[in-house]
This record gives sequence, structure tokens and C-alpha cells, in this order.
Amino acid sequence: MSVLVGKNTKVLVQGITGGAGSFHAKQMLEYGTKVVAGVTPTRGGEKFEGKVPVFDTVARAVQESGADTSVIFVPPPGAADAILEAIDAGCLLVVCITEGIPVIDMIKVRRVLEATQAFQRSEGKPITRLIGPNCPGIITPGACKIGIMPGHIHKEGHIGVVSRSGTLTYEAVGQLTSLGIGQSTCVGIGGDPVAGMDFVDVLELFQADPDTHGVIMIGEIGGGMEERGAKFIKEKMNKPVACFIAGTTAPPGKRMGHAGAIIAGGKGTAAEKMKALEDAGAKIAPTPSDMASTLKSMMK
Amino acid sequence: MKIHEYQAKQLFSKYGVPIPKGYPAFSVDEVEAQAKRIVAETGSDVVVVKAQIHAGGRGKGGGVKVVKGGAAEARKVAEKMFGMQLITHQTGPEGQKVRRLYVEQGLAMERELYLGAVVDRDRRRVAFMASTEGGVEIEKVAAETPEKILTVHVDPIVGLSPYQARTLGFGLDLMRHGKDTVAKFTKLLNALYELFVKEDCSLCEINPLVILKNGDVVALDGKINFDDNADFRHKDWEGQRDVDEEDPVELEAKHAGLNYVSLDGNVGCLVNGAGLAMATMDIIKHAGEKHGVAPANFLDVGGGATQEQVTKAFKMILHSPKVKAIFVNIFGGIMKCDVIAMGVVAAAKEMGLKVPLVVRLEGTNVELGRKILSESGLAIQAATTMSDGAAKIVAAVGTVGGAT
Repeated sequence: MSVLVGKNTKVLVQGITGGAGSFHAKQMLEYGTKVVAGVTPTRGGEKFEGKVPVFDTVARAVQESGADTSVIFVPPPGAADAILEAIDAGCLLVVCITEGIPVIDMIKVRRVLEATQAFQRSEGKPITRLIGPNCPGIITPGACKIGIMPGHIHKEGHIGVVSRSGTLTYEAVGQLTSLGIGQSTCVGIGGDPVAGMDFVDVLELFQADPDTHGVIMIGEIGGGMEERGAKFIKEKMNKPVACFIAGTTAPPGKRMGHAGAIIAGGKGTAAEKMKALEDAGAKIAPTPSDMASTLKSMMK
Repeated sequence: MKIHEYQAKQLFSKYGVPIPKGYPAFSVDEVEAQAKRIVAETGSDVVVVKAQIHAGGRGKGGGVKVVKGGAAEARKVAEKMFGMQLITHQTGPEGQKVRRLYVEQGLAMERELYLGAVVDRDRRRVAFMASTEGGVEIEKVAAETPEKILTVHVDPIVGLSPYQARTLGFGLDLMRHGKDTVAKFTKLLNALYELFVKEDCSLCEINPLVILKNGDVVALDGKINFDDNADFRHKDWEGQRDVDEEDPVELEAKHAGLNYVSLDGNVGCLVNGAGLAMATMDIIKHAGEKHGVAPANFLDVGGGATQEQVTKAFKMILHSPKVKAIFVNIFGGIMKCDVIAMGVVAAAKEMGLKVPLVVRLEGTNVELGRKILSESGLAIQAATTMSDGAAKIVAAVGTVGGAT
């Protein structure tokens, strides 16, 4: 078991003929991910690596290949449109890797996503989920890798990882694996201020997944997502959660690499977030080297 | 990206947000000429000379002067203001040098209000905030009297609705100036929202927004920040950038495609990924706090950096006189460890390595990366984990006597 993706997930790659798209599509295929289609407008009819059919539109790709999930490598000017196209074509999971999408575009995407989800709920249907943008993607070790993370550091197991940072996720996974602890699913939710799934959405899935026994949650400065996660942990979770919040030493008002990692108007500091999480019963790793050992100390 | 008040006001004017008559000036002669022009246009000898720096709080620091004696007096004020180090609560103790002035007509105002638009990331909408407490720091109002801030969230598909504009207008008690003032305010709000979206802002602030004796609504100050992600569709932004207002190293990094932020410490950091780069700063501070060891910079070389970019990044760190030791911390995903290693070796060989270097490599092609480093002949201390690296860095700074 796992969350969101597994052995039977059928993936299409938007931007499969571009530099990043083709490189990572190959890596995903090598990992064993079922990459069933690619989309590049005007390149329909080609075959990627001699076997994956390329289509002009996502709708056509879904129709012909049965893909249920899309991963997006389209550059920033066209990325928001690519997300909208995937949502409209009925992909139930959309993973956007692209970094640098204007926030005004993402506000519109969020609005469409929320309206789509409201309609799906009213019909009693499963809802569309968006992961990212500006994220490494999602992986269920040994079954399905969607995104740009190095597959070989992962190990099958029972710990869920959710993070706003790509490389810090790798750091946590590397620590877990070296302690012999495997992962159920690792979700990189991305570093943008306006994005798809947040901590609460992913924690909800981990809590409901019988095969996930504990969670590492990695946050950073900026916004109030960690505080909302803390509220969920306090009210709804009985699985152990270990956390790390990056940016204790970040100066206020400076954007620290990620568009969303900024302390604005005195809000969004690491100290506030750590306090909220501690009050909720999560354990804070004292340094980024202690993420896995902190969780291990909480496991029965 | 930030721009000056006068640039913000040019955008206000373009979109129909009313502003006082005003002109930028880059020399004392220009100030005199622009003041003359304003006196002629308005028939009043009252003009305001405003220092143009990116930091707020200019008035308190002496960067805004009301002049009652027309062009000649404006000239005298400008002579003092050009070149001064203007210190405000946002500049830091060294202040910011004044190189540009804005000359504006003086207005007799009845009330000072606050109006701002931001991206509310928790609601995923553009939010307008308005307050009767104009002319003071909005953060202070938010902390002390949050009930005095009125907020509306704009649906991106519907746009700003008339009822929302009225809600703010009535909330600010604009009816006391007459219903024309409410209508003028509504028009201004619509213009500001259009500007915010079309110009890809992350912040638009008018503080104060003033009500004149005749009931007009005017933006007396203006602050605009742009969303850097949208620069691909705003080719004009580069021309608006004032390089004098930016950290030269941060600007150099930006042009090289690197994320760099200058800090006060003594350990140079080269890391891949924003989260890992922040965590690296945190762990150095954690390990070194009692020993006077702290990060000198945030540097994220990104996921897809080339060897040239890594070389450039490492050179930038070597250039800094405050750096007493360097910590390279890489967890290779897309970023291959051998590319990092080659970049570091190339830069160190070209410039010479005079400070201790601690390297922690993990992830893709790690063996190849370690081999390149060990065969380079450079004095490199290898670290197995981040905490091991931080401990080695603290020890190294102690050895060279670089603690602050």
C-alpha cells in the first residue's frame, strides 16, 4: 500500500520532447514507472524512445493510453496552461515539476482546481489532486517514481515523507534508508507560495493509509501551511510525526531560493512553526541530520 | 524585484490611479527645473522633495521635505539631500545613499488612509487591505489593532466586485466626504487591481492614500514589488531596476542563474536546493553559535547547474573577505556530484584556496565526485554527514582564528 501512486499508476508526460522532460521520462521508465504517453503540441504521432506514443493534446493522450496521472515539465510561460489542460482532460493526479510559474497564474489555476473538486465531490466522484509546482514529484519506492528525485536512495517500507523542499527530502530519505527504514510514499509539495496539495492534504492520506506507520514532515519559513498541518496533527492524527523546519537563520524580507520561502511582515518564522508543531505533539529534529533518528525514537 | 516610488507612480498614472503632479530628478539643476515646472502648473510655491530609495520610513529619516519657497528653496534642500546616507528602520545602520529625488506638488489633505494589495498565500487570492490608520507602518497596525484593517479577497475569475470596493469605501467612512468620494475610491481600487494583475505584482501599497479637502482621492506614496517569476513577460523590468539599491554580489549571482543572499557570518556555503541551503545555514549556526561561527551566505546552485555555474558560485564565495572557511554540501539528485566536484576544483585552482574547505557529497555519482576531489591535490576535508561537516567547519574556523 501507499498513497496516490503505485504499481498500476499510468503516467503521461507533458513536455516529453523537451530537455528536462525527455531526461526524466527516461529515468522514470528505467525505474519501472508505467509511462504510457507523452504530450507535446505539434509533435503528435512521434514515438519517444521508440515506444511511448506522443500526442498533441492531453485529452487525446488520456483517451488513447488510459493515463490517469500527468507529470509536467513545460517551461514557466506555458506551465499553468499545461496544468489546466491536464485537469480538464480528467487526470486525477497532476504533478507539476516546473519552477518559476508567476503567482498570478497559479491563483487562477487554484481557482479552477477548487471549482473542479467541488463539482467532483457533489457527484460523489474522486477528486483531482495537484502536486507542485516547483517540486521534485512523488515516489512510492519500488513501484512508481514520478518526478526528478534520485530513485536509488529510496527503499520500500512504511514511513511517509512530505516536504516543501526537494533536496531536504532526499536528505531525509537517505537518512531513513541508511537506518534500514523504508518509505511508503514520499511527496514533494513544492516551494511556491500558491500551489496544489499542502501538508494537511498529504497528512490526511498518510493517516488513512494502513501501510504508513509514521511521517517525516519538512517545512520551511513563509506562509501558514505548517501551522495548519500542526492543527491537523493535533486533532486528527495518531501516527508519530517528526518535523524539521528550515530557515531558522534566514533574515526577514529575503526570498530564500524558493518563491514561497520568505518571512514577510514578521510572519512565517521557523520559531512560530516549530512551536505550533511541538504543541501539536510532533517532535522537532534539532538539526537536519537528525530527521530520521528523531522519527525512529518515536516509533514503537 | 522592488522599484522606486516615482516608478510606482508612473504605473499608477498609466492605470488611472490619481497621483499628485510630480517629476523625478537626478541632479540639483533638475530639481530646480522640475520645481519651477510644478509651481507654474499649480500656481503654488509649495513643493515636496522626496529621496528615492527602496527602503520605507524615509520621512522619519529626513528623506522627505516640504518646501514652501518654490524652486530656489527646493534647490537648497536637494543640495543637502543628494549623496546623504539616509537611515531608516529598513536600511540598517549604515543607511542608503540618496542618488535620485522626486519633486512633487504639495497638497492640502483632509485624511490619511492605508491601502494595500498583496497575494494572500493562505487564501490563494489577491487581498486588498484598507485601514483608517494611514501614514504609519501597517505591520504595527496589524499587530496592535488588527480590527482596524479591512480585508477583501478577490476572485481571480470574477475580478474585484463593486460590492467589495463599496465594503472598503464605507468601512473607511468615506461617506463623510460625500458619495462622489466613494465613487472615486471605487474607481481607484479597480485601477489598482488591474495594475496588480497585468504588471504581475507581489505587492502594491499606497500609504498614505489621502482624501483632499475637495473630496478627491490621491495616492500620496507608492510602493510596488514585482513577482520575479513573471520577468519573462515583462521585458521592461530590467530598465526599471536600480542596481545601486541592490547587493552587487546578489545581482551578480542572479545574472549567473544562482540564488544568493548575503549574510553577516564567516562561513561560505555552496549547496544545491533551497531547503538544503537553508538547513545548512541552520546547522552551521547550531554548531557554531558558541564559537562565533555563522553562515556568510545562502547559496543555492539549483538542480541543474553546469560546471561553469558551480565554478562561478565558488569564485563568488572565495572573493568575499569575510569568509574564513567554506562548506560545500551537496545531495545530488539531478545535480551530479562529479559536476560539483569539477566546478569546485576548477575555481580553487584558478584562484587559490586560502581558507579551509569542508565538502560533504551524497547522491548521484558520489564516488566519482569524491575521486575528483581526492585526486585534485587540494586540502579538502571530507565530511560524511551534514552534522559532521558542521562540526569540521567550526573546528576549522577556530584553527584559522576567524571567529567573530
